[in-house]
Amino acid sequence: MKFPDLTELALRNLRESMLRNSLTTMGISVGVASLVAMLSLGTGLQQLFSRRLEKSGLFDTIFVTSRREMRGMGRAEERNGPNPGESRLLDEPARLEMQSLANVSEVYPDIRFSTELRFEDKPHLTMLSAMPSSARSNDAFDGMQGRFFSSDDAAEVILQKAFAEELLGKTPPLGAPEPSVADLAKPLLGKELIMHYAQRGAATPPPTLGIDAAGNKDTDVAGASYSVISREQRLTIVGISDLDPESMRGPLRARVFLPLKFAENLHVVQLTDLREITRAPNSQPAYSSVSVRVKDPSKIQGVEDAIKQMGFHTFSILDASHSLQQVFRVLYAFLGIFGSLALAVASIGIVNTLVMAILERRREIGIMKAIGASDSDVRKLFFAEAGAMGILGGIVGVLLGWAIGQIINFGTNVWLKSQSIPPEHFWAVPLWLVVFAIGFAFLVSLFSGLYPAGRAARLDPVQALRYE
Amino acid sequence: MTSAPVIAAERFTTAIRSENLCRHYRMGETLIRAVDGVSLDVPSGEFVALLGSSGSGKSSILNLIAGLDRPTSGSVIVQDRDLAKLSREELAKYRLHVVGMVFQSFNLIPSMTLAENVELPLRFAEVERGRRESLAREALERVGLKARMSHRPSELSGGEQQRAALARALINRPKLLLADEPTGNLDSHTGTEIMEMLRAFNQELGMTVVMVTHERVLAERYAQRMIFLADGKLIDDRPNSPSAFGSSRLGGQS
Repeated sequence: MKFPDLTELALRNLRESMLRNSLTTMGISVGVASLVAMLSLGTGLQQLFSRRLEKSGLFDTIFVTSRREMRGMGRAEERNGPNPGESRLLDEPARLEMQSLANVSEVYPDIRFSTELRFEDKPHLTMLSAMPSSARSNDAFDGMQGRFFSSDDAAEVILQKAFAEELLGKTPPLGAPEPSVADLAKPLLGKELIMHYAQRGAATPPPTLGIDAAGNKDTDVAGASYSVISREQRLTIVGISDLDPESMRGPLRARVFLPLKFAENLHVVQLTDLREITRAPNSQPAYSSVSVRVKDPSKIQGVEDAIKQMGFHTFSILDASHSLQQVFRVLYAFLGIFGSLALAVASIGIVNTLVMAILERRREIGIMKAIGASDSDVRKLFFAEAGAMGILGGIVGVLLGWAIGQIINFGTNVWLKSQSIPPEHFWAVPLWLVVFAIGFAFLVSLFSGLYPAGRAARLDPVQALRYE
Repeated sequence: MTSAPVIAAERFTTAIRSENLCRHYRMGETLIRAVDGVSLDVPSGEFVALLGSSGSGKSSILNLIAGLDRPTSGSVIVQDRDLAKLSREELAKYRLHVVGMVFQSFNLIPSMTLAENVELPLRFAEVERGRRESLAREALERVGLKARMSHRPSELSGGEQQRAALARALINRPKLLLADEPTGNLDSHTGTEIMEMLRAFNQELGMTVVMVTHERVLAERYAQRMIFLADGKLIDDRPNSPSAFGSSRLGGQS
């Protein structure tokens, strides 16, 4: 029999026992819906994470540290690589060299230091970090109250929510509802902080340590000296951000943010200054780390490799996202298995319906054989019926799964809103999932049709026609 | 319609030949010999009636000739095909193209209209749709059911259903028409109508007709040869001169 005839007859047969076949198809739909719901939850979550990573500005960022930094110890490259003691200094020439690499949009030093901030004459010790103006688009500042820095060298700060609480003396007890960022921002925005810090100055006083007296040669090492001056700086609070510093990496891991240019001009003494004093010329500081922003996240691997070639240690979100993908693969498998279970149950429904149909249409099969239908005609007809139920069930199931997702998404967002958390779209039904779900339902149905179709094909026409 | 000389030529060739045909099957402990060593020859174009009481094996022989069943031993050769040696697929082809069948209970598919029922064999033969529809219309016209094409079998009388079944049996232009108690479920008037049609197909289209019946009167009126069976064995085989074109309605009471 030809394919169009087959489909036509199959659909006609399905219509004949409308109720039973609809129920069976419904069973498949529910199975497919659960599969779609599960997998679209997985996809949605992955997309949410990816979006977060991308927007956090970290997706196109490589953190570069000197090999002397003991971060990442235990990695293969750390163990097999060159001796960290002989590694290259991460200084301004190195920064400029990275800046000149292909596909690099900016390279900025990570300035992080711990110092004292005075607010209403009370001292607070905290970690400060400099942010480039490109961080403006960072979604870490999505929930921010106030505004971003007016310029790259303005004497302005953005506070972390937790630090704002500390300034106001409002640190809530554990478990108590957290005050909203807006409540915290009101009394703080526009207020001034006074920062005390140690500035690295030119080496005006000659070295007081008697290096020469010890008989050492007067090399350029001797020139590596500088003075440390205590300074004071007034800062205006322009924003309160609601992000959690513990969950962030790199420059975001601080409680107070300063504009980058401004921070650079402060010449705050960095820990690396002390460590690298024997290596760095006194005029230029060595950075503990720099951030390299890449023009296109897809180019990150190449840039990362190039920087490694220069003799530095690198870390990017790409490395992290590799392991994240691993996690999602496992999650997918889990969700997929649970989703498929319902479909497996539905496939038993198909077997049942078709076996029932054989009993019911025994005579009809006998007639068809008597007037010339071959075994394969009968088999194909039953396959077509199973396949049609599969495809119909698949289509309805995808719609159902999509609807379930929308409802859950909506419900969750209503809840999130009541908790004053911004709504999220953690549900996604990509096209591949639609195609996959319908195709999978079709295949499962054909598989379920295997036994009934074979049984119908082997039916003895004489037996089938004997009884009324 | 075939011209006379062709019919004459076909009359002398053998349509069906069986040699020591046996069909045995087990029912629990007992062996049932439904057909037990039947040998017969049916020339092309003959109208044969198989007579016997129920359980005599007449329907079993018909099923063997129809290729619906396979012999336990012996052979049945139809149009030079040894049915016992055909594969299942080849038997299906044989049923599709060589044989047309009508049954006591009509055996139309209830969910299909008459036109769809009649064209069903053409679907199996993979005939293209347009041609299928015109052939079905033609066949229904021949049995006088053109107006009923889009009705379902349940909306028709028994006689009409059997006429539709005849149209279906003819649609593939088979050489052989097998009828299993075709008038068994009909009153005498409609029964006669069906028998007249069988006779017309036999005479005008030159089809070989084998009809199973337990009504001797019917056989005497229409068949050219009567074969009597009992307990699966052939007990009598005699020629018969059918009465002239069914003007009288004496026989055929159901």
